[in-house]
Amino acid sequence: MEIKVLHQIMDWNEDVSEDVKTELASHNICMINVMGSPGGGKTSLITSLIGILRDRFRIGVIEGDIAGQVDADRIAELGIPTVQLNTDGACHIEAMSIQHILPELPLEDLDLIFVENIGNLVCPAEFRIGESLRITLLSIPEGDDKVEKYPLMFTDTDCLVLNKYDMLPYFDFDEERVCSNYGTVNPGAPLFRVSSRSGDGIKELAAFIAEKAEAAGKAGA
Amino acid sequence: MHELSITEHLLDHCIREAEAQNASRIRTIRLCIGQLRGIVPDCIQLYLDMLSEGTIAEGAQIEAESLPVKVLCRDCGMEGEITPHHLSCPHCGGLSLKILSGKEFYIKSMEVYINGNKSTASDHGLE
Repeated sequence: MEIKVLHQIMDWNEDVSEDVKTELASHNICMINVMGSPGGGKTSLITSLIGILRDRFRIGVIEGDIAGQVDADRIAELGIPTVQLNTDGACHIEAMSIQHILPELPLEDLDLIFVENIGNLVCPAEFRIGESLRITLLSIPEGDDKVEKYPLMFTDTDCLVLNKYDMLPYFDFDEERVCSNYGTVNPGAPLFRVSSRSGDGIKELAAFIAEKAEAAGKAGA
Repeated sequence: MHELSITEHLLDHCIREAEAQNASRIRTIRLCIGQLRGIVPDCIQLYLDMLSEGTIAEGAQIEAESLPVKVLCRDCGMEGEITPHHLSCPHCGGLSLKILSGKEFYIKSMEVYINGNKSTASDHGLE
């Protein structure tokens, strides 16, 4: 016979996400969850942002990858505290993985942590990891249909970065389609047009992050 | 494939819930999934078949109810339902929408055997 259950399935992750948030707030740290497809330019974007933000903030990075530490090595070369989070095949990072790896970063000496999530437009959107800010990155070569195909990635984010914007003339990318769909499902959320290669648009994005990081610092202070 | 870790927790919860009701077997697990979520019921079934072996949930079937995306249009003030493929107000075509629902993901109920007899209903309420 039927028994009623009415249980929110994702509670196990949401609860830990809140714990991570509390832990970070006690250190006045703003954590940023960077999500996007493989090859979209997440590591390059984080590298460019570190270049601009490191004068004002003490930055650490958690590099999520299914395996290996190619990206972590790139970030560590900048002299930034970096830890590699290998998910051993899993397609996303969960709050508990962040909770386990946080002690490996010098939390007392950080203001800002970038988490580079696993390259994937589906799974990472389902899991909060204790972040204060979510960045969704979509690069021009990926195509203009992604908001319709992967809605949660665009509804549950705090800003959208159109990366590799310098490639726009070379692709049949209907920018209006993306902007309109994104604006429809996430009204008022900002959109940044960025080229990590040329540096265009990075400053505007960095200013947005700085504002959020300062707010997080004050909120926790 | 994020359904794997989700199914692990889902199965744990269902077994605990069923045992609390003295159930001897779980036949069906009914889920509600909002259309904005990237959760594939067939994947959950596949993982459940693997993970539930040797438990009281072995052989249990997943029944998933797909819940619509409901929106409030900021232009015309009307409520309506959309699909992720047509992101505009169904009434006026407006593009400024507030999403009211469509991200749900919860266990609604289970069909269980209690020593071959019917179980009693119990409502634990939404948190």
